[in-house]
Amino acid sequence: MTNTPEKRTLTRRALLQQSAALGAIAVTGAGFIAAPNAAWALEVTAISEHQMVTLLQMARDIYPHDQVADEYYVVAVKGYDSTENKAFVAEGVAKLDALAQQTGAASYVDTKWEDNRVALLKQIEDDAFFQTIRGGLVTGLYNQKAVWPIFGYEGESFSMGGYIHRGFDDINWL
Amino acid sequence: MAAKFDMNDDSVVVVIGTGAGGGVLSNELAQKGVKVVALEAGGRYLPEDYVNDEWESFGQLAWVDPRTTSGDWRVAKDFSGLPAWIVKAVGGTTTHWAGASLRFQEHEWKAKTTYGDVAGANLLDWPIDAAEMDPYYTKAENKLGVTRTGGRAGLPGNNNYKVFEAGAKALGYENVHTGRMAINSDDNDDRMMCQQTGFCFQGCKWGAKWSAAYTDIPRGEATGNLEVRDHAHVARIVHDKQGKVNGVEYFDKDGNLQLQKARVVCVAGNSFESPRLLLNSASAMFPDGLANSSGMVGKNYMRHMTGSVYAVFDKPVKMWRGTTMAGIIQDEARHDPSRGFVGGYEMETLALGLPFMAAFLNPGAWGRGFTTALDHYENMAGMWLVGEDMPQETNRVTLNTDVKDQWGLPVANVHFSDHPNDIAMREHAYKQGQAVYEAVGATRTFPTPPYPSTHNLGTNRMSAEAKDGVVNKWGRSHDIENLYISDGSQFTTGAAENPTLTIVALAIRQADHIADELAKGNL
Repeated sequence: MTNTPEKRTLTRRALLQQSAALGAIAVTGAGFIAAPNAAWALEVTAISEHQMVTLLQMARDIYPHDQVADEYYVVAVKGYDSTENKAFVAEGVAKLDALAQQTGAASYVDTKWEDNRVALLKQIEDDAFFQTIRGGLVTGLYNQKAVWPIFGYEGESFSMGGYIHRGFDDINWL
Repeated sequence: MAAKFDMNDDSVVVVIGTGAGGGVLSNELAQKGVKVVALEAGGRYLPEDYVNDEWESFGQLAWVDPRTTSGDWRVAKDFSGLPAWIVKAVGGTTTHWAGASLRFQEHEWKAKTTYGDVAGANLLDWPIDAAEMDPYYTKAENKLGVTRTGGRAGLPGNNNYKVFEAGAKALGYENVHTGRMAINSDDNDDRMMCQQTGFCFQGCKWGAKWSAAYTDIPRGEATGNLEVRDHAHVARIVHDKQGKVNGVEYFDKDGNLQLQKARVVCVAGNSFESPRLLLNSASAMFPDGLANSSGMVGKNYMRHMTGSVYAVFDKPVKMWRGTTMAGIIQDEARHDPSRGFVGGYEMETLALGLPFMAAFLNPGAWGRGFTTALDHYENMAGMWLVGEDMPQETNRVTLNTDVKDQWGLPVANVHFSDHPNDIAMREHAYKQGQAVYEAVGATRTFPTPPYPSTHNLGTNRMSAEAKDGVVNKWGRSHDIENLYISDGSQFTTGAAENPTLTIVALAIRQADHIADELAKGNL
């Protein structure tokens, strides 16, 4: 997956020893976010680990597909780790966390149930922050060719001669 | 060998746009020995260039120059800068179209007479009728190789069609078939047969679907009478002191403003760009724009009543396999006011790939209500609904002088709000579409809102009386005798059918007329 933490030797064990203080999605090291099972890891430079984990959780809550692993959502949001997006992300995440704190949670990602997180997102869904993240996901998530097979979508068929001899009319349950 | 004409050659006919209207007109004139310069804003792409990937292809072919929107249509909210999904390329939107090639029904040429007065609608009868159009429709069907006409076989039905047909028959519909399509069901006219590849909207890589890009355009060029200049973005049509048009100013591919002199000018830039060009060509003599003494340029914009119905089943469909528009139900196309609206609609299968389904199923929606639909993408079937919408003067293209395109020209603002008849028809069509799928066991159905417009009609409409429209029965400006409109903007009313066949038939007919007028010395 994307940026493996080679520059700093962060072992899977070291990762797991750090508490998953930022929710179930990921554990963090200094400048790193990684899957609890170490299936992927991402280095952040401009925005904080907490902010990136928040974007990742938002992506999962906005377009939840339980059969789609986190790594595809990471691809869809990692571009927000840039100096030009820093203030925009910081402001959006701070507002979302402040709303979470009114419910007694430490933060949005600390809000345990999806329904409760969705209720927080509903409160910001007209904000430019939410709409930018959501709009970006429409292509950022669903236009990843690696995601298509998970939904059964086969993409182009020209290189295989189309479906004329490969099941364009193979439906068998009508 | 393609011709090359001098900028100062004022004997040429200049055609602006190379799609179903302009591309066909250019070739038809060239075949008759008329010298033609065709100006196309986009580039040249052929089947080997087309990309079977929805977003990448959109980036290659779509017209994405700035436009603005207003009105209560949902497109203005969800796709505010993209009122239409049409193409900027040699061949125009004939690269993208699905291929459905239906004649108007006889009564649809007489909408005002047939439907009577509809409050808020600006209905008018066409100044031509079914009998007059019949031979031109036959020529158009033969040019396009339309299936189920001229002895050509229908296409085989794909999975999406089989679900649709089974539902239609269970519901009692009788006029259900795989359509009259400009897609070869057998090798024909130097083009091969359909390979059921999908991606009809992205340009047919086999050339099985008719497109002007690889038929009329090269055939016109082969006569030596046609020069197509691509990346030529027209800015203004100019005229002489007598008020006859005599040239066209355009930005060439290097951004230099050029002036091509002209004997006749034919405008075929689709229903946003054609009125925009006439309005942007305002002069001291024509302060409201060219051909606009009636004030009708840009008015009566129609986009067809549209919508889609997608449905999820408990078993796979794989709707994306094969022809994108693979079949039709025509039972609702009749005029039957007992349904609560005038005019009718067609139901046509449609499939989107996963990326476009995510963008268009319910734009702006999020959360599990939305994503559980996509989870069953493989089990989805889909249809598009297309019917006659009411012309309204307030639905119109105007210049937005606050927003300029890359050439510094005011862009088109597209204002559209549904007429109550459009809404009643859409509700009926959603209900029937959902019923089709429920009749074969759909577990969930989705009444999907209209996409950015693909059928753009009526902004320079044809009328018998000069006060009612912009052009006469030949597409000739009521005001300026050597200025023609050659695209769907000349439609008086929209009818229920996909418009391309009618645009092509009108272009063939207009070519006969222009050649005849030139021969008589009237142009």
